[in-house]
Amino acid sequence: MAEVSRRVRAGGGSVIGGRLMLAIDPRALERLAAGQVVALVTGTNGKTTTTRLLTAAMSTQGPVTTNAAGANLVSGLVSALARHTPGAAAVLEVDEGLLRQAIAAAHPAVVLLLNLSRDQLDRTGEVRMHAERWRAALDGSQATHVVANVDDPLVTWAARASARVTWVGTGQRWRLDAASCPECGARILWGSPPADGWACSVCDLRRPDADVWLDDHTLVFADGLRLDIRLALPGWANRANAAMAAAGAVAAGADAEASVRAMADVADVAGRYQVVAVGGGVRARLLLAKNPAGWAEALDLLRPAPLPVVVGINARIQDGRDPSWLWDVPFERLRGRFVVATGERGRDLAVRLHYAEVEHEFVADELDAIRRAAATAPHGYGGAEVDVAANYSSFQQIRKAVGSGESREGQTGAA
Amino acid sequence: MPRDAVTIVLLYPELLGTYGDGGNALVLAQRLRWRERPADIVEVTAGEPVPESGQLYLMGGGEDGPQALAARELIASRALHRALDGGAALLAVCAGFQVVGHEFVGPEGEPHAGLGLLDCVTRRDSGARRVGEVVAEPDPSLGLPPLTGYENHQSVTALGPGVRPLGRVVVGAGNDTGDRSEGALAGRVVGTYLHGPVLARNPGLADHLLASVVGDLEPLDDVEAEALRKERLAAARRERK
Repeated sequence: MAEVSRRVRAGGGSVIGGRLMLAIDPRALERLAAGQVVALVTGTNGKTTTTRLLTAAMSTQGPVTTNAAGANLVSGLVSALARHTPGAAAVLEVDEGLLRQAIAAAHPAVVLLLNLSRDQLDRTGEVRMHAERWRAALDGSQATHVVANVDDPLVTWAARASARVTWVGTGQRWRLDAASCPECGARILWGSPPADGWACSVCDLRRPDADVWLDDHTLVFADGLRLDIRLALPGWANRANAAMAAAGAVAAGADAEASVRAMADVADVAGRYQVVAVGGGVRARLLLAKNPAGWAEALDLLRPAPLPVVVGINARIQDGRDPSWLWDVPFERLRGRFVVATGERGRDLAVRLHYAEVEHEFVADELDAIRRAAATAPHGYGGAEVDVAANYSSFQQIRKAVGSGESREGQTGAA
Repeated sequence: MPRDAVTIVLLYPELLGTYGDGGNALVLAQRLRWRERPADIVEVTAGEPVPESGQLYLMGGGEDGPQALAARELIASRALHRALDGGAALLAVCAGFQVVGHEFVGPEGEPHAGLGLLDCVTRRDSGARRVGEVVAEPDPSLGLPPLTGYENHQSVTALGPGVRPLGRVVVGAGNDTGDRSEGALAGRVVGTYLHGPVLARNPGLADHLLASVVGDLEPLDDVEAEALRKERLAAARRERK
């Protein structure tokens, strides 16, 4: 079946096979997951990376099956499990809108709830609806160990109904989507950042004490264990992903220290942070960001001024058709450097940069945009390697244009 | 003599800011600053008092629960009512537009009291969610080119005799109560379903709001906004017709 799928070019082998199996057996996910130790990873941001980190951590225990291509709809889960070797655990990324379905079919031992923020609003509806569905899916479950980000009130509220929870303090800074209490609608009060707690101003919903938390580059366990988090992946967001993955691995029975060590070498996750050649001696380092919370983190990862930057924006179905969110991203941080705006909605970005008073230019073609940026690098900075930050389909388009990675056209919803 | 700063009050960005609506405040402030007029953006979060001395007030889109919370606060304080009585202007977008009418749809689907600043009523109907590019011919009194924006709403809004439509829908749904109306206009109060944000896509509407509180303004170079408008107007006709 994988062979059939590989011949049908669109799916890169991972989705079409699953679709065929589901057509033959609608309960394929349940059948394939039966008797396996399954860990599910979901949330708005960090799913693919955390799945990769958790896979590395759990591999210290034995073989692990995973949907590494990020194919996170039911068809992707089915084809991942179909490749399963006997005795292997399964670590699966699942779309935040499909968690309930995935839990009902796969009876996971562990579920990681990363975060919930605005994303692709015209497609998926309201952020709070996800929290409600998660809560319903986890309500009263005795068999599933939930690992939840305690600095996200929506995640905390969703996880509160479950019997077994490991609360992880990630130090998440994004608060725009949790202004009002998911329990009662009143205002949420926040302490000072980072992670000084939060509580509803009326009802009893508040930040539970963390069992595991991130203290800069150290992962601290409530029992006193302290482990350095050293990752090949850059930035706070990836350390937060690693904290969640470490707690998930421990919940699945892995050793904490071995898990953290195993995550250190994960470097390139489905093309993120990958350096690609674009011709003319120019290379591009690719960064993916899909929504305002993700962009706020990505801008922190860019190499500093005066190096030029390329920003690519599309608004296809999988990106969300409405790029209004560009105005929630602090592009003002790019002041003092030259930005080349590209992608199918590069003109929306150009207007955003105009109002942010960031020097910029619009170049429609992505590779021309990268070469244009390289040509503007100041003397002494070489300009041979340009940071390129792009949203989902723009990122995939650039990878495809430079012949890196599989095309994931047609896999709407995978992210 | 230096002019006093124009105060732009962004109401509850954490509750009513789902669609990059803070961008409308930035557009207004920058268009003043680029004309050598100082401008301040004051963000008011839920629970804080709403200043009554602003010249421009902005409300954006939001989910049902936060929308109702914003309405309760503004009804309790009546600060926005007093500011508008004092000559301030208001732009209310999407959920914000619904909130400033007489009635909108609460989190459980029940009718919820609005602020009554615009003569309109919002109800839920059985139709599909209205999502996509919109083109509307603005009210002739505005003297503006076509309005472009993106809508995303479940409810529909019926206008009363106390308001005029902001525009007539050419592409898209708008208020969607059978009269092709989009948004509402009454004096210095503007309601609309358009985001993008609407003032980034329609600099003429931004200047209309500004002129209503500071008087005539010299033109700015909007070449990039024009390129975006041209692209979006063409895309709307292609995608939704």
